[in-house]
Amino acid sequence: MSSRLFVATRKGLFRLDRKRSGWAIGEVSFLGDNVSMVLPDRRDGTLYAALALGHFGVKLRRSRDVGATWEEITAPAYPPLPEGAEPDKTPDGREWPQRVELLWSLEAGREDQPGQLWCGTIPGGLFRSTDHGQSWELMRSLWEHPTRKGWFGGGYDWPGIHSICVDRGGVTIGISCGGVWRSTDEGATWETRTKGMYAEYMPPERRDDPGIQDPHRVVACAAQPDALWTQHHNGLFRSTDGGKTWREVTSVRPSKFGFTMAVHPKDPETAWVVPAKKDEQRVPVDGKVVVARTRDGGETFTVLDKGLPQANAFDLTYRHGLDVDGTGNVLAFGTTTGSLWISEDGGDSWQTISNHLPPVYAVRFAEGAADA
Amino acid sequence: MPRVTFTQHIARHVPCPARDVEGRTVREALDAYFTAEPAVRGYVLDEQGVVRKHVVIFVDGHQTTDRTSLGDAVGEGSVIYVMQALSGG
Repeated sequence: MSSRLFVATRKGLFRLDRKRSGWAIGEVSFLGDNVSMVLPDRRDGTLYAALALGHFGVKLRRSRDVGATWEEITAPAYPPLPEGAEPDKTPDGREWPQRVELLWSLEAGREDQPGQLWCGTIPGGLFRSTDHGQSWELMRSLWEHPTRKGWFGGGYDWPGIHSICVDRGGVTIGISCGGVWRSTDEGATWETRTKGMYAEYMPPERRDDPGIQDPHRVVACAAQPDALWTQHHNGLFRSTDGGKTWREVTSVRPSKFGFTMAVHPKDPETAWVVPAKKDEQRVPVDGKVVVARTRDGGETFTVLDKGLPQANAFDLTYRHGLDVDGTGNVLAFGTTTGSLWISEDGGDSWQTISNHLPPVYAVRFAEGAADA
Repeated sequence: MPRVTFTQHIARHVPCPARDVEGRTVREALDAYFTAEPAVRGYVLDEQGVVRKHVVIFVDGHQTTDRTSLGDAVGEGSVIYVMQALSGG
C-alpha cells in the first residue's frame, strides 16, 4: 500500500508519510503559496507542483528528492495571437484570455513514454510535454476545434480541463463545461464522448449537446481503462466502453451532487464519491460528512461515515480532493475547510489527519518509485 | 541609466537584483532587464507581454497606466519600481 500522500492546498504543499505510529504531516513546501495541483510521477519518482501565485502568475516546479528541493521549470503558456487576429469570444461575448490562469490538471504519460506529461489549464487548453516539463506544446488540434469556443466556465470564470486519463489506447479528458473528449492518435484529432449524458442546467434544446456537458471529474480504472466514471454536475454517469456511451447511475446516496470521484485501480465496479447537498447549496447533506461507495458498478451504494463528523460539518470536497492508492484499500480526501481524512480499509472507517489545513485542492498518493 | 528594482515579494520566488539598464521607455528598460535576468520576466508579464493583473509599476514614484505597451517614458536617472498590488494575494 502507498505510504506517502501529497496534499496541495491554498497555502502550501504538504507531504504525509505513513510511519509505524500512523500518518503524519512531514515536509511542507511553498508555505503561504497557492498550490493548484501536484503530481508524483510513478514512473521515476519525480514530483511536480503547479503554483498559482496571486500576483505573479502560474508557475511549475519540479523536485527530484520528494520535495526537499525544487527547481522552476517552464509552465504551459499560450502562443501569441497571429498578427491582426481578433481574440476568441465566449458564448456570452467576453474575450477568451490568451493567458494561462490556472494549471488545473497534471498527469503522467504512458509507461513507455517516460518524459511525457499532460497539463490541463484554465482557460481550457491542453498542453503536452515530452521532456519532463522542460517545454510544453499546446494541443492545437483541440484548441482550434470549432466547438471549443462554445465551452463556458463552471466553477471558474473560464472553461477548464480538469481530468486527463491516459491509457495505452489514447487520452480521455474532462472539461467544465465542455464535455468529455478522447483522442486515440496521440492528440492529432479529438472526438466528444458524452452520449448518454445530459445537462439539467441548460435549456431543453441544448440538453444533450456534447460540448456543454459539465463533467466535474472523470476517472478511469487503471486495470480496465474502458471503465470510466464521471461525477457530472447533475449526477453520476458510468461507461464501460471507453466513454462511447454513458449510463446514468441513480442509486447514489445521500445525494447525486458532488465534485470528486475515485475508482478502484483494479476493480471497475468499485468507486467512491463525496456527495454534497445540491448545486445551490454546496455543503454536506444535513451537516454530515460521508463518502458513498459502490462495489457493484453503481447498482447500490453504501454510505460510509465511521470516523467522519456527523453534525454541523460544512466541508466541501473539490474535484481533485479524493484519491485512492494502487491497492484500492487506502483512500484520502481533503476539503475546502481544511479537513483531511484517510481510510486504510477501502472507506469503511476514516481517521482524522487534520481539521486545520488550508483549503485543500488536491490529494495524491505516491506510488512506485515515488515511495522510495 | 534607469534603474529597475523589485519588491521583495518577487525575490521570495526568483532572484531579482536591482540593475541599471538602457532604455527610454518602461518596455525598453524591462526588456533590457529581462535579457539579463530572464527568469524574472514571467513574474512581471504574462505570456503576451502584458503586466500581470496584480503587479504595479512605478516610475519615479508615479504609477504607470500603460500596462500593455509599457510606453511610459523613463529618464537617465529614473527608478522603475516593480511592486505587488495589494489585491490578488
